[in-house]
Amino acid sequence: MTHFSRNLISASVIALFAGIGAAQAQTDIKIAMQLEPPNLDPTGGAAEAIDSVVYLNIFQGLTRFASDGSIEPSLAESWTISDDGLVYTFKLHDGVMFHDGTTFDAEDVKFSLDRARAEDSTNAQKQLFAQIADVTAVDPQTVQITLSQPNGALLFNLAWGDAVIVAPETAATNATAPVGTGPFKFVNWVQGDRVDLARNPDYWGTAPALETATFRFISDPTAAFSAMMAGDIDVFAGFPAPENLPQFEADPRFQVLVGSTEGETILAMNNKQAPFDNVLVRQAVSHAIDRQAIIDGAMFGYGTPIGTHFAPHNPDYLDLTAQSSYDPELAKTMLAEAGFPDGFTTTMKLPPPSYARRGGEIIAAQLRAVGIETEITNVEWAQWLEEVFGTKNYGLTIVSHTEPFDIGIYANPEYYFQYDSQPFRDIMAELTATTDPAKRTELVQSAQRMIADDYVNGYLFQLAALTVAKAEVQGLWANAPVAANDLAAISWKQ
Amino acid sequence: MIAWLLRRIASLIISLIVASLVIFMVVEVAPGDPAAFMLGVNAKPDTVAALRDELGLDVPKAERYLNWVTGMVQGDFGTSYTYRSPISDMIADRLWVSLPLAVYALILSTLIAFPAGIYAASRRGRAGDLGVMAATQLGVAVPNFWFAMILVLIFAINLGWVSAGGFPGWDKGFWACMAALTLPAIALALPQAAILARVMRSSLLDMLGEDFIRTARAKGLTEGQALWRHALKNALIPVLTILGLQFSFLLAGSIIIEQVFYLPGLGRLVFQAITQRDLITVESVVMLLVFAVIVVNFLVDLTYAAVDPRLRARH
Repeated sequence: MTHFSRNLISASVIALFAGIGAAQAQTDIKIAMQLEPPNLDPTGGAAEAIDSVVYLNIFQGLTRFASDGSIEPSLAESWTISDDGLVYTFKLHDGVMFHDGTTFDAEDVKFSLDRARAEDSTNAQKQLFAQIADVTAVDPQTVQITLSQPNGALLFNLAWGDAVIVAPETAATNATAPVGTGPFKFVNWVQGDRVDLARNPDYWGTAPALETATFRFISDPTAAFSAMMAGDIDVFAGFPAPENLPQFEADPRFQVLVGSTEGETILAMNNKQAPFDNVLVRQAVSHAIDRQAIIDGAMFGYGTPIGTHFAPHNPDYLDLTAQSSYDPELAKTMLAEAGFPDGFTTTMKLPPPSYARRGGEIIAAQLRAVGIETEITNVEWAQWLEEVFGTKNYGLTIVSHTEPFDIGIYANPEYYFQYDSQPFRDIMAELTATTDPAKRTELVQSAQRMIADDYVNGYLFQLAALTVAKAEVQGLWANAPVAANDLAAISWKQ
Repeated sequence: MIAWLLRRIASLIISLIVASLVIFMVVEVAPGDPAAFMLGVNAKPDTVAALRDELGLDVPKAERYLNWVTGMVQGDFGTSYTYRSPISDMIADRLWVSLPLAVYALILSTLIAFPAGIYAASRRGRAGDLGVMAATQLGVAVPNFWFAMILVLIFAINLGWVSAGGFPGWDKGFWACMAALTLPAIALALPQAAILARVMRSSLLDMLGEDFIRTARAKGLTEGQALWRHALKNALIPVLTILGLQFSFLLAGSIIIEQVFYLPGLGRLVFQAITQRDLITVESVVMLLVFAVIVVNFLVDLTYAAVDPRLRARH
């Protein structure tokens, strides 16, 4: 039977049974992730695992990310922006209730945003709110945000999990008993094992297809494989064993989704530590790296090469990989020109993820080929934060920067790779103040070019989003523009 | 006897105090700030400072140590930095997985090891003995996590009899939980059983060479009767020692098995807490495990006295 006719038959069978099927479709789902969230309050920690469970499901913001990374209305149904770009007036949805039965209104928005940007706030992304000067509840359905200077990214910033709207009554206890406005309610958290959610019967938007959802946490890659194979799990978001993916692809019981994330994986160089303070050395390192070999060797082929700090799926992305193409001979010439004809020795600190540990070994070999010796130290994340990020005691390190649109970190000379460039800061300041889309694209692209021209870091690849699921699950996000598992979009095929 | 008990209890308390000091110092010395870890790379320094303040991390170390110890004595371990919930509750939840698992594995291991060891001793040098010895050699050599993976492959993936891992929770019923713990318990028990069977066998064989067994034989008992009536009881002391060590190991050392079967036990809690620099949780769980080991050893000492009248008399 040809592929075509089989599809045709199954299509007609589906059409035939669609009416009955809809009533019988499964309404529960078990989603596994590798990391367990430390708590369930997205406004009080940086752990992505928090957002993966609660963002869009339990908590919502004024705006939200869609599966393609674009910004859509959420709790705000519409908004207007004043001509000077300083005053945003949001019209809120009517009839929205928190899961504890209290009403959502403009005062909750004011409370949440004021709390996030307060002096003693413990919000991990406080910079999102930096330009907000005032939040006013005009009436229960209207909120006005006044900025101290125009911010073209405000609607984007408000879509983050760190900017969700919480109720004053429950804000303090969201870490263990989250209460939001979303399509799913928190039911139970068995720490170390799972979080249970159930459909919110009073949801203000379209009712989701699923009735219940369970998030399970399986950190061991072998256990992840077994759990999928044994059918214990319906979806594994961020599957940790890429080497097993071909096996799932070949099995008709499963589907494999390979998408893009916001994770720019970079070989960071300490721009203020010799010899990396010399742009020629940084350029030599960039040319010494064979990106494809790292993607194949460390990521089993999953990942897109990048030449600057920007996500390839973004329409404004520039492919600058040719500027730092793999050319060991050129790298050697440049090292000689920089005064290191015999190379040098430096340190490389590697955090736990496999992209860093496996990738680090490959990069060390590639650097050795041009005369650069590296002393590799494996560190835990907490140690990395202290030694690399905090005291900047390192030469090289490998990290994936997973925040969306985070090229702005290059404007901070204190940031761990210590890139100090006034022209770059000027571009970013202008970008923040610009709201015209065409002008923003132009500025974003010159920013990408500038850090590529300065060879600030070695740009390796964009981390892939790997999802393994049972074949009947539909509505999964292939890409991960933000850490999220949008349960409301998921349903079972009959 | 009473004096001996008091001495043992005093040494138990001193051990606990020393352990608490060592644990506190070692964990506090490790690099990494829990607040910085929680807030990630975009956090501003003043945000980290605000969180440190909220978590009470800026309190001097000596004061933190005293608070921790006095809390523990009253059964209050404090609040986890990252989970933001009381550590006593977290430990209690995890113990309801780890403790049954350890007991289950210990029972399985004993049920396998005792008959195997006794059988091998009674068949010394013959085929049965060699068979048991070969099997236990294999059991000692094979790492338990590898064995666990093979069990999962056969019973969960190919046969589909049980889940590949996870724990349903005791509210889902006793048998559901026992089913979930069976593969992990077998994986933990077999290597332990292999060691225990070898100790049982060699200890019995030592006894069989003793004068009192010869006397028993001379009285007209068969070798089997002498073994059951006289040698077994005397051979138990080294076996009990190993059993006590194994229980501590099963409670504290099942981290890897808990990872393979993604069980929400104590091992997993320690593992997560260490990577997140949840210092107070690490300290508390490790302290609890030390407490368990010390108490188990104390109980083993007491059983020696029960089994061996000479030890009782000496004290």
